[in-house]
Amino acid sequence: MTDVVSIWTYLAADPLVWLTLTLVAYILGDMAFQASGRRPLVNPVLLAVAILAVILRLTGTPYATYFEGAQFVHFMLGPATVALAVPLHANLGRMKGAALPMVAALVAGSVTAMASAVAIGSLLGVKGPVLLSLAPKSVTAPVAIGVSEAIGGLPTLTAVLVILTGITGAIVATPLLNLLRIRDWRARGFAVGVAAHGIGTARAFQVNDTAGAFAGVGMGLNALLTALVAPLLAPWLVSLFG
Amino acid sequence: MIRAIAILLAFQLGGTVLAKALSLPLPGPVIGMAGLFVALVLFSRLAEAIAPTAKGLLAHLSLLFVPAGVGVVGHLDKLGQDGLGLALAILGSTVLAIAAGVLAFVGVARLTGSADD
Repeated sequence: MTDVVSIWTYLAADPLVWLTLTLVAYILGDMAFQASGRRPLVNPVLLAVAILAVILRLTGTPYATYFEGAQFVHFMLGPATVALAVPLHANLGRMKGAALPMVAALVAGSVTAMASAVAIGSLLGVKGPVLLSLAPKSVTAPVAIGVSEAIGGLPTLTAVLVILTGITGAIVATPLLNLLRIRDWRARGFAVGVAAHGIGTARAFQVNDTAGAFAGVGMGLNALLTALVAPLLAPWLVSLFG
Repeated sequence: MIRAIAILLAFQLGGTVLAKALSLPLPGPVIGMAGLFVALVLFSRLAEAIAPTAKGLLAHLSLLFVPAGVGVVGHLDKLGQDGLGLALAILGSTVLAIAAGVLAFVGVARLTGSADD
């Protein structure tokens, strides 16, 4: 037993353990997702996060130690975001044909995300900087954090709300869009990218390549729109509802 | 594959430098994506070089959010007494935003006759 403990003590400080466990947890999550018949509620990200959170809790491992290994996965978010240009380019013809619908969906989705989050939050008693932190939660994390800082929100809280929004979007998108009887993959993907950034985009790529390409564009455009508009719109919304 | 990764990283680096230098409101990788898109339009042969790696990365885009997701678990207490209000705000606004976006897209596509083929 002491051997096991000493080996663990040695390994737990090694980034290799946490990198490996991150991949294994994701593979388990993805296997469960496939086994469920790809049901959106069995979200591989959510499952992997839950598995890893339990392991960290049981082993008393601080997040900083975990991240020393997991950072190699986290780092790939940058190049993966750049890589979204490839499906965007492959769908260039359809993008050109859909310019006006995309503009309409961008404005409608982006403004609805901000306004309804602030309105619902304020109705339920959320106030002040916490309410402001909600406004940019639909956009990709680095932009949302910057916006949150700029409007007087709490950047760490915004980061948490961004991830929760992404997971929520990935889970609700398919049943919601089926309920609305939308069969246009361009529209489905784009709306999810606008409302639920990269995690929604990841979900869109699981379902359909065209949806994924349009989700990537929706995410990028909403990052731009929110960065420009939120500093003006969010304080006004908060004063309106707060 | 190495060449493809180098190209992706170079565009990310370029985007990051540009974002800092011009204090743009967008993160480096998003500007890098726009830059790579322009490059692909100008040099379509570039697509062949990076498409397999890009597809591989994007097929497992979900995995890349796991470390950040684990970080969120440790901060869930920050939701504090507003936890329920924030959770319902996220759920409600995400449903409404997806619905508003998709209906606007489909509505305008119908009006402008740009339905998908």
